[in-house]
Amino acid sequence: MTGSARTSNHFSLNEPVIFEEGSPGRRGFDLPELDVPARALNDIIDPGLIRDGITGMPELSEVDVVRHFIRLSTWNYHIDLGLYPLGSCTMKYNPKINERMARLEGFALAHPYLPSERIQGALEIQKTLETCLAEISGMDAVTLQPAAGAHGELTGILMIRAYHESRGNPRKKILIPDSAHGTNPASAAISGYIVETVPSNKRGTVDLDRLAELVNKDVAAIMITNPNTLGVFESDIAKVAELLHSQGALVYMDGANLNAMMGITRPGDFGVDVLHINLHKTFTTPHGGGGPGSGPVAVKEILEPYLPYPVIGQNSQGHYFFDNDRPQSIGKIKAYNGHFGMHVRALCYILANGAEGLKEVSEIAVLNANYIREKLKNAYALAYESPTLHEVVFSDRLQARKDVHVWDIGKRLIDYGFHPPTVSFPLIVPGAIMIEPTETESKQELDSFIDAMLTIAKEAEENPEIVKTAPHTTRIGRIDEARAARRPVLRWRPD
Amino acid sequence: MRYIPNSDIDRKRMLAGIGVTSIDELFSGIPEKLRLRRLLDLPKPLTEPELVDYFQTRAAKNSVGETAFIGAGIYRHYIPIIIDALISRSEFYTAYTPYQAEIAQGTLQAIFEFQTYIAQLTGMEVANASLYDGATGVAEAVLMAQRISKKHKFLIAKTVHPEYRAVVDTYARNLGIQIELIDYAADGRVDMEKLEQQSSADVAAVIVQSPNFFGTIEHTHDISELVHRRGGLSIVNVCEAISLGILKPPGEDSSEQRTADIVVGEGQSFGVAPSFGGPHVGFLATRERYVRQMPGRLVGMARDYAGKSGFVLTLSTREQHIRREKATSNICTNQSLCALMATIYLATVGPKALREIAEHNILKTDYAANEITKRTRHRVMFLAPRFNEFVVQVSGECPYGLPLSRFYPELGNAALVCVTETARRKDIDAMVQRLAA
Repeated sequence: MTGSARTSNHFSLNEPVIFEEGSPGRRGFDLPELDVPARALNDIIDPGLIRDGITGMPELSEVDVVRHFIRLSTWNYHIDLGLYPLGSCTMKYNPKINERMARLEGFALAHPYLPSERIQGALEIQKTLETCLAEISGMDAVTLQPAAGAHGELTGILMIRAYHESRGNPRKKILIPDSAHGTNPASAAISGYIVETVPSNKRGTVDLDRLAELVNKDVAAIMITNPNTLGVFESDIAKVAELLHSQGALVYMDGANLNAMMGITRPGDFGVDVLHINLHKTFTTPHGGGGPGSGPVAVKEILEPYLPYPVIGQNSQGHYFFDNDRPQSIGKIKAYNGHFGMHVRALCYILANGAEGLKEVSEIAVLNANYIREKLKNAYALAYESPTLHEVVFSDRLQARKDVHVWDIGKRLIDYGFHPPTVSFPLIVPGAIMIEPTETESKQELDSFIDAMLTIAKEAEENPEIVKTAPHTTRIGRIDEARAARRPVLRWRPD
Repeated sequence: MRYIPNSDIDRKRMLAGIGVTSIDELFSGIPEKLRLRRLLDLPKPLTEPELVDYFQTRAAKNSVGETAFIGAGIYRHYIPIIIDALISRSEFYTAYTPYQAEIAQGTLQAIFEFQTYIAQLTGMEVANASLYDGATGVAEAVLMAQRISKKHKFLIAKTVHPEYRAVVDTYARNLGIQIELIDYAADGRVDMEKLEQQSSADVAAVIVQSPNFFGTIEHTHDISELVHRRGGLSIVNVCEAISLGILKPPGEDSSEQRTADIVVGEGQSFGVAPSFGGPHVGFLATRERYVRQMPGRLVGMARDYAGKSGFVLTLSTREQHIRREKATSNICTNQSLCALMATIYLATVGPKALREIAEHNILKTDYAANEITKRTRHRVMFLAPRFNEFVVQVSGECPYGLPLSRFYPELGNAALVCVTETARRKDIDAMVQRLAA
């Protein structure tokens, strides 16, 4: 038996790469007839600037294209199919209305360079979203410009740098806990800072004593995730902030885990000076197979002058406009003003929920995670005993005795019809299994996942080989990644 | 709440299973003094019909019906309906980043096809899985060129999109990068004499855009040759991707000396809606030998241990989740779904219709510029060959296009006018008539 009652077999058609399909003369698109005089191209443009053809580009009919991409689509797991327990990724249901609203013609065709009187609706959407995000996070001002979480981090750290520069010294270092996402140190580095790692204590939170030794006038800020990547609330966060502030340093919060705290507690109320928010996590904009995301940054008043330009202004008549006159701004972080399509979706979600709804979201996200924790804690070793919020981290310590590792457990889950959890992260937990169910999963779905996990734990004891060689039910088995990286083939070429 | 399945009864059962009596107990890890003991101050929740009304009302306040003839990096091309039909599959738009290759082959193969299409169109050897947009793409190209060359001085043409240059400034400021602008000549292209003078041996790379911000087509191959002669790298930015359907690509020439080292750009024109500035899709293509210095994700062909072929994210040792502060970029989430839109667009139009679309852009733009010259007293500037934009100097305020005074005050009262294949002759004639009045 290589699966559960949850899965069974069905068609999975094979499909070559698109460059091996079609045939000369097929068309998928026709243009309306040219309605201006047809001058010879050579009279307009030097023939030396014209290309001969496009080698290898296939000719296909509309039907060919539809079949191709539909076949590919059937090879994907996705949130509309079932639970997607990726820790720190907040894979929750993406409401269908969001998609429809973002596609309204008045939004989809709007150009940011239109005169402001022609884009009042779009500007109002952005301003309203900014106001909502400021309230949810307890901050004073928001920019929607960053394209994703890591881009928000870069924006926030550049603002911290600009703040210190305005005081005569940009400082040298950013402190980052050892449990942080990889984007944190990468963003600090491209902002021109040296990264210093802060160790975690045995509760899985920042070690205050060690932190106190590290904080000095060279430190520009700490980048802290709260709740952290173990799903544990940094209960000393107020003291952390005090410590940093006492040396003139600031507190950056990675808001990836905001889904744990909406309406419960606010970063702005526990000493955070700047944070980014992932609209594609907490606020249901779809992940799209890797993006686009959206990473708004919220700041306290002291950082407001440094926001990227433009900011959205409103005059006394209530007329919205892009304000580009921002002399202390860090500049532009992206062309135009961010991923507006994502802003529409996120606002649609916030307005659907309201204050009570968002609080309920966080409550149930935490309930679901704790339910999984309770049901699995005897079969898998809890990484830390501290209370967890929206996600729980186990280790593969018990299974490793039979040489079954976290990666195997994740792959075996696929046979049971689930996407694997986040594995091998956070780095401070050897063999980490990081599970975040989110609030959009029912008790039945959670029970089914728990059953699968318990079965795998049993298999690891009794028949470890079946776990170590999983998955057994997919169209392709485990990939030899080392070989793929040794001689990378990154594009199709004709034989 | 309709997006939360568990009812009160489910919740009670789960609480009992956990062994607590209230949800509030689960938040015991948060110190009481940090708890928010009031409701957030947000608008009251809306039902689905109310939401539809709310957004329709706001969408109607944007006036997008009348042809504004604005391009400047965001182009209004026809978007075949097939694209939205396909990307609306949950399998594509609600999937996560394809880290678990066994259950993400659809996304992985589609990205591999995107990489191939971009490589074919730009004439380069390899392309990545996308970047946020053209502007951050150029910034990433600058950082990449700094890593390759170990030099820190960059020349950027003044005719590169001004917002792109602003983003490069923001990224480069703290990394010891020095930026000099290259002026444009009277024909609207890079001033080759000035480029020659400014191209000293310490220049890491030269960045030009073609078609440039004024719509004129640069001699990118001559520029690459000149830059290479001085020991620098050549970076070409393509803001209007449709042009690749007809113009000789920066990466294609019989001599490697005359081709670009990095071709970066914006793919919005390939079936992605303007959407008030985003999301769009940046791309970056380069030579095979620089692949380990590239930013962003890459999909490669691979085999499973039984020898079956498929696709996987590869060369991830360049990336932040492995290398942390030593990564080639901090990028994580990219523009996968927009890359899929571009891939479906290119598959649908194919090489022939892509060329025809590009031709229509050139011919309609040429028609509009000629009509304005013939029938109005306004002056069309910069006479080098153009793709789908041109600059017109007007006496008063121009009701069409993008006013250029914010970006190029030296041009006086000038506007950048864009004419794509979607502009009908009667729209163009109406514009000319209004400008003539």
